[in-house]
Amino acid sequence: MRRSTRYAAAAAVASLLLAAGCSSNGGTPTNAAAGGSSTTAAPASSGTGPGKDSKAVGFIFVGPKDDYGYNQAAYQGAMAVKAEFKDLEVLTAENVPETDEAARVMEGMIAKGAKIIFATSYGHLDAAMKVAADHPDVAVVQQGNFIKGTVPPNAGTYFGTVYEPVYLAGIAAGKATKTNKLGYVYAFPIPQTIANIDAFERGAQSVNPAAQTYVVNTSNWCDPAKQAEAAKSLLSQGVDVLTQHQDCTGTITKAAEAAGAMVVGYHADASSLAPKGWIAGSEWDWKALYTDIVKTALAGDFTGSKYNANFRSGLKDGLNPFVQSKYGSSVSDDTKTVIAAAKQDISTTGSPFKGPVVAQDGKVLIPDGTVPDYATIESTITVFVKGVVGDIPKQ
Amino acid sequence: MSLPVEVLTGAVRGGTSILYAAVGESVSETAGVVNLGTEGSMLVGALAAYAVTANTGNPWVGAAAGAAAGAALALVHAYFVLQRRSNQLATGLVVLFLGLGVTSLFGAAYVSREVNSFKPWAVPLLSKIPWVGEILFHHDPLTYLTFLLVPAAWFVLRRTGIGLLVRGAGERSEVLATYGHNVRVVQYLAVVTGGLLAGVGGAQLSTAYANAWFENMTQGRGFVAVAVVIFAARKPLAAMGGSYLFGAALALSPALQARGFAINQFALDSLPYLTVILVLVLLGRKRAAQAPEGLQKVFELSTS
Repeated sequence: MRRSTRYAAAAAVASLLLAAGCSSNGGTPTNAAAGGSSTTAAPASSGTGPGKDSKAVGFIFVGPKDDYGYNQAAYQGAMAVKAEFKDLEVLTAENVPETDEAARVMEGMIAKGAKIIFATSYGHLDAAMKVAADHPDVAVVQQGNFIKGTVPPNAGTYFGTVYEPVYLAGIAAGKATKTNKLGYVYAFPIPQTIANIDAFERGAQSVNPAAQTYVVNTSNWCDPAKQAEAAKSLLSQGVDVLTQHQDCTGTITKAAEAAGAMVVGYHADASSLAPKGWIAGSEWDWKALYTDIVKTALAGDFTGSKYNANFRSGLKDGLNPFVQSKYGSSVSDDTKTVIAAAKQDISTTGSPFKGPVVAQDGKVLIPDGTVPDYATIESTITVFVKGVVGDIPKQ
Repeated sequence: MSLPVEVLTGAVRGGTSILYAAVGESVSETAGVVNLGTEGSMLVGALAAYAVTANTGNPWVGAAAGAAAGAALALVHAYFVLQRRSNQLATGLVVLFLGLGVTSLFGAAYVSREVNSFKPWAVPLLSKIPWVGEILFHHDPLTYLTFLLVPAAWFVLRRTGIGLLVRGAGERSEVLATYGHNVRVVQYLAVVTGGLLAGVGGAQLSTAYANAWFENMTQGRGFVAVAVVIFAARKPLAAMGGSYLFGAALALSPALQARGFAINQFALDSLPYLTVILVLVLLGRKRAAQAPEGLQKVFELSTS
């Protein structure tokens, strides 16, 4: 008896350790909408598609709404929708894990009358597709992932071309570095992150051919202690500009500032955390895109629209929800001019991945002179380019 | 900085929060009470320290608040286990979730707050010693406190009358009672001390190490502390080694990556947890046999 209970206790500790390694939190939907007065008239209905004349819109977030990052930006987008459509009830749910739990939360929102659902985290796609299949009358859009194969008539993905402002921030980093070592702390090697890292390095290279980007991953969207360790490791290697792709960004920003290094922001304007070291950054502004998607769905025009696909918006169409943050005080006018020229180029005929783009192993990803479109970039920029130091973790 | 020095420095830096919790849990378990709510005490400690530091501007006041919060949560555990005679393991988990829930609720407002955190301070002279100076003497004040706490905890538990009472409460509570001591009071104090130290560990995490508050930011470090205590057999010095081992495993991954080494990242990420499980498997059977009688009683779900 004594022995077997002892093993049971050991097993309990072991399983807790495993659970700790991959923890997640349950989310509960909260009703964020007030039954406000109806001032805006519903858009004139023309089609009959999913989401038409919906009384509510649902948003699910993988993290808390005030994380100084990704989820906060998405939440602000949801609030912009609320302000724009006064008749609509806006339902939001924070901390929705990227599991079947997400589908249950979305089902709950549909039960409350939502016929338009925004699933805002990369890993919400599977659950979103399941919900879309079960409810043909509900428009389900997912932020940042990619639907492979046929896109159902009531679903779609949307995203900004995040790598465009990241490329521009890379120019600022390449100009600013004295050691020619840039540091990038990221969470997981998903395509979006790889494209960001490559764009950052290419931006830096475009003004400073000797600049290299050192990468460290944390395998977690937000583990501040791991971030602190990653930042220390990079700084001790002589890195003098840090940037990141994490959901919570405060720790690394403060670590760079404390070490007297420079920092390039991501997701949100965190310049107040690093008054000396902040040089540039990129942040979200979802208002225009969210509002347009809701408008399209309410009118019944969702099916067949540009959002009923893997929609990507960039500098060229002016809807890019990912925009440049303000510059730090140490950025020179010369650097700003160079960045403005690069931005103008990307907005018209250029691209951060205009050929030649060469991978770490020397393989040519995009041939000399070619300007790839968004779909091509998403399918070819899946490895690190020359100048990035580090490996993509293998399964 | 060379790789071994960097990893060992990271081991001390990253292991300190676990060390606080592990020393606390050692005290609690010596008195015969396992507290799986240690993780919860770390979390409330991390938030209380961060929140109070944000509002007062003084990280020491914050650390005191973290200690109080960790102790308060442990008091809940002590009440149910000692007064209501509930199952220790189940109660510990409930207490953990209580801590997680409370901190998620009240912590949201502090996610984007900035604080005046503990700053690393190089100890004069000692920090100039090659290797050792860099590894041990370039840290925050809460880390230096553990250099005193660990021997002090050992001394009190092993060499003083108070320690004898605590050990007696865990091993032979009826003897203690026969001599007219109140076993329950001793156990209460031990559990609350454990929570207090775990709270300071949380404070170190949020106001000295990561300089941020984020929901569930302990990420299982409290459970690691409990595991460390099992394989350290409640010896504070061994718990120090165990905590630093975990810290080193955490520090190894970014240190290798920043140097551009190509090593399977996912294997590196699981290394800290595998290390703990491996040590538990190797030492577990022997150590469990040495556990205080009080703990073993608990595992049989009997009440005295």
